[in-house]
Amino acid sequence: MHTIIACIDGSASTGAISLAGAWASQRLEQPLTLLHALEKPPAPPAADLSGTIGLGSREQLLEELTALDERREKVALEHGKHLLQAAETTAREAGAANVTQRQRHGDLVGTLADLEADTRLVILGRQGEDHAAEAHAIGSHLESIVRRIHRPILVTLQAFRPPRSFMIAFDGSATAQKALNSVAGSPLLAGLPCHLVSVGPLSEEQQRQVTRAHTALMEADFQVTVATLEGEVQGALNRYHREQQVDLMVMGAWGHSRIRQFFVGSNTTRMLSQAEMTLLLLR
Amino acid sequence: MLDTLKQDWLGNVRGDLLAGLVVALALIPEAIAFSIIAGVDPKVGLYASFCIAVVIAFTGGRPGMISAATGAMALLMITLVKEHGLEYLLAATVLTGVLQILAGYLKLGSLMRFVSRSVVTGFVNALAILIFMAQLPELTGVTWHVYAMTAGGLGIIYGFPWLPVVGRLIPSPLVCILALTAVALLLGLDIRTVGDMGDLPDTLPVFLWPDVPLTLETLSIIFPYAAALAVVGLLESMMTATIIDDLTDTESDKNRECKGQGIANIGSGLLGGMAGCAMIGQSVINVKSGGRGRLSCFTAGLLLLIMVVFLDDWISQIPMAALVAVMIMVSIGTFSWDSLRNLKSHPLSSSIVMVSTVVVVVSTHNLALGVLVGVLLAALFFANKISRFMLIQSADESDGHRIYTVFGQVFFATADGFIAGFDFKEALERVTIDVTGAHFWDITSVSALDKVVIKFRREGADVEVIGMNTASATIVDRFGVHDKPDASDPLLGGH
Repeated sequence: MHTIIACIDGSASTGAISLAGAWASQRLEQPLTLLHALEKPPAPPAADLSGTIGLGSREQLLEELTALDERREKVALEHGKHLLQAAETTAREAGAANVTQRQRHGDLVGTLADLEADTRLVILGRQGEDHAAEAHAIGSHLESIVRRIHRPILVTLQAFRPPRSFMIAFDGSATAQKALNSVAGSPLLAGLPCHLVSVGPLSEEQQRQVTRAHTALMEADFQVTVATLEGEVQGALNRYHREQQVDLMVMGAWGHSRIRQFFVGSNTTRMLSQAEMTLLLLR
Repeated sequence: MLDTLKQDWLGNVRGDLLAGLVVALALIPEAIAFSIIAGVDPKVGLYASFCIAVVIAFTGGRPGMISAATGAMALLMITLVKEHGLEYLLAATVLTGVLQILAGYLKLGSLMRFVSRSVVTGFVNALAILIFMAQLPELTGVTWHVYAMTAGGLGIIYGFPWLPVVGRLIPSPLVCILALTAVALLLGLDIRTVGDMGDLPDTLPVFLWPDVPLTLETLSIIFPYAAALAVVGLLESMMTATIIDDLTDTESDKNRECKGQGIANIGSGLLGGMAGCAMIGQSVINVKSGGRGRLSCFTAGLLLLIMVVFLDDWISQIPMAALVAVMIMVSIGTFSWDSLRNLKSHPLSSSIVMVSTVVVVVSTHNLALGVLVGVLLAALFFANKISRFMLIQSADESDGHRIYTVFGQVFFATADGFIAGFDFKEALERVTIDVTGAHFWDITSVSALDKVVIKFRREGADVEVIGMNTASATIVDRFGVHDKPDASDPLLGGH
């Protein structure tokens, strides 16, 4: 059974994630799973730098570390249960019928990878708990999840409302083409007004691709507006979003090689941090 | 991938840097002490510790574990160094690395599952005893000053952490070394110092191919040593990795660790260092000091080299008594004191395995032999225990028909009991042997079954074996004779 996984962590986006989960669950007619990963906290700062080991040091150390983990995990477990309960209430109020809660130990990336086979869509907040204060920081996991998980990923900001229209950032690349195909084939956005947006100047080849994309979307019964913007990519897309009141942007994630991403970053990374609307990333 | 890498290196920067510093301070006396055990200049152990710690930080499979020059390895090199000299030790170190990488690719790390808990405990205890015994030469035939200083040093090491605030901030082995050096210098005591034991590093290590003839003769000299070093190094590393796994509640990649140890040893040999492996005591100190990532081992190695190269004049002034005190601490901390308490509560067989491992190691100074004996004993005890799970019931049907029902494990240790479970003297027309609840493990058990069937047949009974499960059937099919058409009685033919 495929399910929509909404990742809850108690950050400011939690409400938005639950709402987005409820929305996606209704659009896709698939059950919603609220997931809380109990990550192993970083090692406690050592209070003891004496560098000595004596009688039974190893046993004693094991005992101490176990007791520490135990206390922390018990609290985290309880905290997570409350978060999940609140998120479930929100999701049900927003109309989701089939909601389950899941709590797993381990880091979020690994947990999602374990569940990947049964996943239809992953919903994440842009920032987790750790980055609440930084306006454009992207969460510590977001990038690695987008790289690792080969499923569509919906990234919400701190507020979410069901999209009334959406835009596709189209650059003619293979990933953009694939993204376009999956949008055309999925019920998630079906029936919503669509803006097919590229940032120019466009070569003739790109122009032809846009035309083809337009036709493909029309054939999938979308009502399409085509726009070509000028200027720097992020700014232009954000401006367009403000002017046209678009609620969601679809983009193919990471078109070029991993090595290059590592050294120069990418449009996707910049978009993740700068976007002012909900993002749907497609691999 | 990138994410794990970042987590391994930068997940715990502050803790790792601090722990790395604490470990580096404790590594220096150990590296010097182990060089002395092996019979080489202290710089050989110090270069080795630097190189192994830094390389394993990148290549190891267990973040948070400390590897460097170790006592277990040093003990295996003594005769090689004595008979053939340093260059052969360097060559053996490189070969050790090659063998360990091979072991990593052959996934021999998984063989650790045959090493039982008792053997591990025995290994650890034996190691602690050997480290302690290695200190005895420094404590025999010396003036009372040395005893007083060693006792004072131990007093500082274990007493200093009890001081409020500073006690837990400054590594007490460092305090011990500083205090004893100061005392020795101030009083002008004529006692042995590190400088008396051989050269200390005064430069960064340089890359050198070991100066040995590349002949088969060289190989025949170094191979036995390299093989033992590779085995002991991997054993201690795997055991330490398990200990760190338990302490930190995380997983490690044992086969990657094997390869990592190999690469580190090759590097060490080429930089003029001796072979090393993971260190139980230091790794515990590292975790205790808050080290969890790869950065702590890297920091420890780097700081060690920096301190040694720049402070070599000072280090040569350190009295051996201070090192002995630190090493006694390491040996006490390595010993598993729980195992003594558990002697009473654990089953006798596991206590025998543990104690035999210790005895063999301490008498041969070879940890590999001890583990071998321990593993063999543990296997024998296990075979003996499992052999109690075999039972034959017999039920009399009418008309000279008897049904034997066999339960449990039939293998070499139970084969005799299996045969003895049948009464061949009884005059029967028909015998049914029901083995539904039994498992035939090896060819000894198969031939035992053959023997039973053929014996009954010779007494004039019709024999039927029913309920062979698939696993048993495979081994019986391959090796058994009674169910093959031309089997009259080859087994008993000569009787």
